[in-house]
Amino acid sequence: METILEVKNLAKSFDEKEVHRDVSFSLARGETLGLLGHSGTGKSVLLRSLIGLEHIDRGQIIYRNRRIDDLTETELFPVRTKISYSFQSGALFDSVSVFENIAYPLFEHTKLSEAEVARKVRELLRIVNLEDAEDLMPSDLSGGMQKRVGLARSMALDPDILLYDEPTAGLDPMNIEKVVDLINRCRERGFSGILVTHDIPVARRVCDRLVIINEGQVHFDGSVAEFNSSDDDFVKTFLLNERAV
Amino acid sequence: MTITKFKENLVITGELTLMFRDFLVASVTKPFYWGRLFEQIIHLGIGSLSITVVIGFVTGLLMTLQFGYGLATFGGTLYVPGIVSVSLLRELAPIFTSLLIAGRIGSGISAEIGAMNVTQQVDAIRALGTSPMRVLVVPRMLAAIISLPLLATLSAFMGIIGGIIIAYLEFNMPMGFYVNKVLAFLHFSDVFGSMLKCSFFAVIISLLACYKGFKTTEGTKGVGEATTWVVVRASITILISDFFLSKILLLLFA
Ligand SMILES: Nc1ncnc2c1ncn2[C@@H]1O[C@H](COP(=O)(O)OP(=O)(O)O)[C@@H](O)[C@H]1O
Ligand SMILES: [Mg+2]
Repeated sequence: METILEVKNLAKSFDEKEVHRDVSFSLARGETLGLLGHSGTGKSVLLRSLIGLEHIDRGQIIYRNRRIDDLTETELFPVRTKISYSFQSGALFDSVSVFENIAYPLFEHTKLSEAEVARKVRELLRIVNLEDAEDLMPSDLSGGMQKRVGLARSMALDPDILLYDEPTAGLDPMNIEKVVDLINRCRERGFSGILVTHDIPVARRVCDRLVIINEGQVHFDGSVAEFNSSDDDFVKTFLLNERAV
Repeated sequence: MTITKFKENLVITGELTLMFRDFLVASVTKPFYWGRLFEQIIHLGIGSLSITVVIGFVTGLLMTLQFGYGLATFGGTLYVPGIVSVSLLRELAPIFTSLLIAGRIGSGISAEIGAMNVTQQVDAIRALGTSPMRVLVVPRMLAAIISLPLLATLSAFMGIIGGIIIAYLEFNMPMGFYVNKVLAFLHFSDVFGSMLKCSFFAVIISLLACYKGFKTTEGTKGVGEATTWVVVRASITILISDFFLSKILLLLFA
């Protein structure tokens, strides 16, 4: 399968604190990759690094056979329209409506007319099951709805790769279902994706492959079946956690 | 202790300089957000209108009153219009308006950008392939640079009106006489110099506010500390730099 994104020997520290020592993995086109790791192992930092929100210290990030880790902030803008990041918190612009949040990337990066933008925004809202939220302000929404608006916003430009940062964390079962459904539909439509999650059942349902990060390195990289039958003690802690939940 | 403080301030000055350079570049290149600029001018400029008018008017009243009685003992009442209008336009209006704006707008901008930073909205702007410098900083700084000189000039104008009224009511000075005296004393260079100073103060206020906003990383407490930092720093910088700017302007125009 064709590789769309590759991370080679990535290292990243904050001041004295080493978060990633040597992380390597790759993402195939159309694949959804699950990124697991205990909290604080740097999963968010890793996703942020992929689109240059954090500067990495060493290593390479290669997107479509082109290095993107050494690009300047301005050179990264077009890349970020192709690799989109949906924040753990949603990170909606709280001074404007749901409609304007989703329309923002469309007005910035496309030449669509207002009517076309409105049509596209409504289509995205339908995909995330929030048809009626258009005129609401982010503060009127529940956490789960905010995350879904964030997802809609990150899908607005039809990116190649979607990076989901804990899209189901803190949601009730019904909202988790909706998000899982949504990710699976993106998968069916051929998007590639990287999903950071703590939720093993969710990971099983939406991921083709799993990567586990521990102590700044990739500890496990394999299919869901390999993960299920792993003998590795550390990998097993994730399976045990699941039973505990 | 003082050494680390000194180093810290050196770093801040360096970062502010770089930020100002980026601002200049972003102000003259595309994409430029006209809509956001107008929004901010309305928000910052028009929003501060009433308080500037009041402050200018009252300052003019008080100055005329005090100088009127003070100079009357030396028979110098005739000089009141000139003294009041020159000091208003050159110093009091720019300083009062700028300090007021530092409190109102400086704290507002740093709280707003700070809150956006804490809630990752600034990162979201970047992640959506756009520039926080263009989206947030340029409209706010330009709005301040455009609004502050106009507000200060308006404030001085209101002060002169206040002076005319008090001079008439308290000292029976004819209004036409007062206006003539003011016009004889003031030069265009006074207006120009005052506006120039205010643009400089606007840069100080808005640059510090945006800078601190982006540096805010921890919750509501961080936002509160940031606003205090901005108001104190901006006010001190304005007062100190005013001395040197006034000196330069006097050398240039006097
Ligand atoms: N901007 C930053 N400055 C300093 N340390 C950071 C920063 N961002 C993240 N970290 C640290 O990096 C580590 C990994 O964080 P994160 O990626 O958020 O973990 P998680 O795997 O839970 O998403 C944490 O210990 C965090 O404190
Ligand atoms: Mg995280």
